[in-house]
Amino acid sequence: MSGGHIVARRPFPVAARAELGDAQLRANLRKATHTIRDKRLRVVGEVPDWEALRQAGAAIKDDVLARLPELLEQFEAAATAAGATVHWARDAAEACAVVTGLVRDTGAAEVVKVKSMATQEIGLNEALEAAGIAAVETDLAELIVQLAGDTPSHILVPAIHYNRAQIREIFSRNGLSARTDDPPALAEAARRHLRAKFLSARVGISGANFAVAESGTLVVVESEGNGRMCLTLPETLISVVGIEKILPTFRDLEVFLQLLPRSSTGERMNPYTSLWTGVTPGDGPQTLHIVLVDNGRTETLADSVGRQALRCIRCSACLNVCPVYERVGGHAYGSVYPGPIGAILSPQMSGEGANRTLPYASTLCGACYDACPVRINIPEVLVHLRQTGPHPPAERAAMRALSWAMRDRRRYTAALRAARRGAAPIRLVAGRRGAVRHLPWPLSKWTSTRDAPLPAKQTFREWWAHERA
Amino acid sequence: MKVALFVTCVNDLVFPGTGRAVVQVLERLGHTVEFPVDQGCCGQMHANSGYREEALPLVANFVKTFDGYDAVVGPSGSCVAMVRDWYPKLLPDAAEVAARTYELSELLVDVLGVTDVGATFPHRVTYHPTCHGLRMLRLGDRPRRLLAAVGGLELLDLPGAEECCGFGGTFAVKNAGVSGAMLADKCQAIAGTGAEYVAAVDNSCLAHIGGGLSRAGGPARPIHYAEILAATS
Ligand code: SF4
Repeated sequence: MSGGHIVARRPFPVAARAELGDAQLRANLRKATHTIRDKRLRVVGEVPDWEALRQAGAAIKDDVLARLPELLEQFEAAATAAGATVHWARDAAEACAVVTGLVRDTGAAEVVKVKSMATQEIGLNEALEAAGIAAVETDLAELIVQLAGDTPSHILVPAIHYNRAQIREIFSRNGLSARTDDPPALAEAARRHLRAKFLSARVGISGANFAVAESGTLVVVESEGNGRMCLTLPETLISVVGIEKILPTFRDLEVFLQLLPRSSTGERMNPYTSLWTGVTPGDGPQTLHIVLVDNGRTETLADSVGRQALRCIRCSACLNVCPVYERVGGHAYGSVYPGPIGAILSPQMSGEGANRTLPYASTLCGACYDACPVRINIPEVLVHLRQTGPHPPAERAAMRALSWAMRDRRRYTAALRAARRGAAPIRLVAGRRGAVRHLPWPLSKWTSTRDAPLPAKQTFREWWAHERA
Repeated sequence: MKVALFVTCVNDLVFPGTGRAVVQVLERLGHTVEFPVDQGCCGQMHANSGYREEALPLVANFVKTFDGYDAVVGPSGSCVAMVRDWYPKLLPDAAEVAARTYELSELLVDVLGVTDVGATFPHRVTYHPTCHGLRMLRLGDRPRRLLAAVGGLELLDLPGAEECCGFGGTFAVKNAGVSGAMLADKCQAIAGTGAEYVAAVDNSCLAHIGGGLSRAGGPARPIHYAEILAATS
């Protein structure tokens, strides 16, 4: 079972078409992805053992996936011994119910949130709102999206689809005044708004980038310091953590704290890294709940090719290098996990809705695989997931026929000859370059955006038979 | 050296000049080229589109056809990547022939040790490294080195060269809108170089790029780099 914001409602090509029409969006995305792409290349290039680090990251995560039940139990025992209460949630609905109940028990009507993919995934803000609890996002970009009444379009930079002028507009609509649309002015406006929230909040909600099994420690990696506030000021902290976030030992952080910041923000080191283990009397939250969420991860783990998607550390490097993401943005993927990782993760976590169109949302160019710090072979998983379709009947028939014709010399030669002859009348009307502007359906799908080439007057094998054999 | 030409189905039907060019280049260098006529399609389109079952007989046919040659050469980055990277995963028997299958620039530079193939092509050319050649076969600068050694050729840098052109096999029709947006950016970059020709190691990508260039009406034309290496005037 799974659910939450990981099910696409519209087929990818339909959703993409709508986004492609937005020229402002494309300009914003191009600028942002290229900036972060270049930064990442620079800081990755300066690490001499980057490839070895990637391999280590992949190996540690593979080990975790192979021993997940045992490590989860170890984590639960260690965290409990340190004073935390551990809860288990099978799916999004269960996770939301647990968290909502915990907040209700405190009597708080408002919670402050650290940016977290897991809570976005399960749709926690909406669930809290339905229970009369206001959830305040405190990450700047997440706050922008929340104030705009929008959904995130990027894992790391959820407001990547807005430019500065648009952000100032969103702020002023919500009573946050920024003097100019300079980033410092915008940040100052957000800071003034959030400071009051931090100081009054009794409950904080976070995710975790890593959960260390041997010690029961949770880790949040962030840039703005808002996370540190949420993790230390409130009396109660609730951390929602996907079950694949486990690392076996504290030492393993050495690998991931190098891989993550360089791959995500293109920084050598992130400004704030918070680690906490259970409850420390007299210091920080005195009540800690950890909600471990499955929501389709166990199903994903069962697939021997597809399970590598669970190595993901949500750095978003694959989004930033993806030529498809760059053109359509995150909303086209219909899930909180957009881009290449979303195209393999969403359909595995949930086979519902239009998720099965996502594995086709790629040219298999391989840029994501090269960028991924834990070496997830995204093209391999995309091709693997395509095996189960959906396969339109006409396409299936054509593929079968082609396979039948092309495996036998006589049939193959006859098919080529037929194609060459069939093209002869079209050649008469083709332009100077021998290019065709319009072809009937289904070939019109090709000529809708580009001219089509024509079969040659003589196939290669005909030439060979004539000249050489 | 006894080299077998794996021409690929797209080249056989639509771009036979590329196959002839490979024959010319290798013969000019003193090698014997054979064309095993039982060859067909490598099955890439089937496998990549989610039809592994339909691809398997084609894989088996390739292995049977090219058994026993010293080297197999294909003028297509993506078809050779299919054979080298995917065949051993699909059919364990394919590992041996897969290891002896080369993209043209690998055969010339690595196996035969040549970068100057004695060609002349007095034109302004820009080079687009196609994704499977770049990131699966890791061809690196081999094709560029071969082109740079061609007499009279002016090699122009292509901005954003390593970005995908948007072809992607059935992606080009399943997601025609996104494919077209990627193509438009690629065509603009090509036009900006002032090149007369855009060269690549894959005619399928070039058909897509060429279709975009001719639709846009610019002067640049697509050409498979083997045809440049074969040219002598
Ligand atoms: S798949 Fe790899 S590159 Fe993409 S977000 Fe996950 S870890 Fe980062």
